[in-house]
Formats: sequence, structure tokens, C-alpha cells
Amino acid sequence: MRIPWRFLAPALLFAALAAVLAIGLRMDPNRLPSALIGKPAPEFSLESLGDPGWKVGTADLARQAWVLNVWGTWCPPCRDEHPTLVEIARENRVPMMGLNWRDDRTLALKWLAQLGNPYVSVAYDPDGRTAIDWGVTGAPETFLIDANGIVVKKYVGPMTMDIWQREFVPLLPAAGERR
Amino acid sequence: MRGWALIAMLLLAASAGAVDTGQRFDNPAEQARYERLIRDLRCVVCRSESIADSNAPLAADLRREVELLMRDGRSDAEIHAFMTERYGDFVLLRPPVTPRTWLLWAAPALFLAGGLAVVIVVVRRRAASARSNPASLDDGPDVP
Repeated sequence: MRIPWRFLAPALLFAALAAVLAIGLRMDPNRLPSALIGKPAPEFSLESLGDPGWKVGTADLARQAWVLNVWGTWCPPCRDEHPTLVEIARENRVPMMGLNWRDDRTLALKWLAQLGNPYVSVAYDPDGRTAIDWGVTGAPETFLIDANGIVVKKYVGPMTMDIWQREFVPLLPAAGERR
Repeated sequence: MRGWALIAMLLLAASAGAVDTGQRFDNPAEQARYERLIRDLRCVVCRSESIADSNAPLAADLRREVELLMRDGRSDAEIHAFMTERYGDFVLLRPPVTPRTWLLWAAPALFLAGGLAVVIVVVRRRAASARSNPASLDDGPDVP
């Protein structure tokens, strides 16, 4: 039996639309491509969280691979990931700098005293201008910067040991090499 | 009675949507330029709002950044470049025409052309069948 086009065409159109929407549903809208990957890390020199008279910045960790973790005490997922950061720091594979974003110094210092301090240093960014330079959209965010000062990886959301092992650790040997 | 008052208050609150009505520049032309710039930049945390509409802290930071860049004498193109270098093309509510976005921009014209093509085919078929058999106009084999 031959099915007339006037019945078949809407069915085919529907199938095509359903397929497009199904693909759309499977995409994660929270995954924004970072404009920074493969580009030089934006330089900064900010007050140290622990000591306003001391400057902390990208120059401190030049010529080696390092990690920048953006956090704030107002951010619940940051609290979730904190034990993981402490564990990563204990592995001692790569230095991690903290960028304390739009936060209160006293609260932030209390947080580190209570939950442990995984950072070699913490830059204090209360007005968020350095975070804008890094294209930060929401804390926590974790960047890997290689020994040539290039951002090679960005992860948005709370770090887990699984993600660290799978997405960061394999990059570390190459990231540590100077060109 | 109190229930009605509450509903009225909630309705009023819902209409108080505009967030940034702040006067940043004394010069009206500069203020207009500022308002246009922040309406064209997406709040990257709230996605479907511009930074002019959003209450998010990051949107407030980006509004301040736009103001500072303007005071610094930067052009609109330079301010857009500043934002896309950091947040990608996604930050522009009016995405640029690039090889990746031409389909997006061409879509309305393509849909219009497709619709016109269907109309032309239908009209021609009807005309043809009307010519060959004027009585069958109502139940001819026309396309939906």
C-alpha cells in the first residue's frame, strides 16, 4: 500500500524535529567552552589573603605547572570540593594557588583554618576584577596552567578525585615541560 | 482582605523587573551608550538575561567593568572584544556572523524561502488540476 505524502510529510517532519531536540537535550548547557584554553594565563598581582602587605600573583609560580582554584566562602559547592583539594594538595604533584573571589577576608581565613589549607598561596580578589580577566562565571572553577604560562585546562564545578585523576593528572607531565 | 493585599503586592513586585536603572554618566549620550552596551551583553551565569536585567553579582561586576572601560575611552568594538576574549562569543546577545553561526543568522530567510517554495508548488498544482478538470478543485490531490 502506498502512503500518501500528505500523511507521510508531517510524520517525517516530526521525526526530524524530535531527533534534533533529542540531541539538544543531551547537550549540557552548563558546559561553556572557555575562551582561555590555549591562551596565556591572564597575569595578576593581588593582596595575599593572609597578609595584606604581601603580593600574590602569577609571577610566583612561573616556569612550572600550577593550578588556580577559584573559590569563596559564599559558595556551597566550594565547601563540597574542599576536602578533595586538601587531598590533592597532600599528593604534592603540583602547586595550587587559590583565588578568593568576592569574599570577606575574615570569613575566608576562618574557612581555611577550619577546613584545612590546600593552597601554596591565596590571592584576595574582593571586587572580582581578576576573576573577570579569567572569564570566571561561577565558583568553583579550577584551571591548569603549564610551565610556559598557557592555560591548558579549565574545569567548572566542584572538583572530585575522579575528575582530578581522569582529566588533570594525565596532563601534568606535559604541562611541566618548558618549551 | 489581607490575601488580596498580598496578591497585589506580589504582582507589583513581579513588575519591578528592571535591575540596573542607575545613572552612571552625567552626559545623556554616554548614559544611553552605556545602557545599550549592557543590554547587548549576556549575563553568563543567568544565560537568558542581559547584564542590564540581571541581579547576579557577576552581572554587577560586568556593568562596573563596562563603565570603567567607557571612562577609559574604549570604543564599543574594544569593549565587545574585552568581553569575548574572556567569555567567548557567548557573552554577546547578538552573536557575530562567523562560519559557525551563519546558519543561525540565515535560518529565518531559509524558512521563509522554504515556505514560499511550498506555496508556489501548491498554487501551481491547483492551477494545473483546475485547468484539466475544473470540477475537482475541492478534492484534488493537493499537498497539505
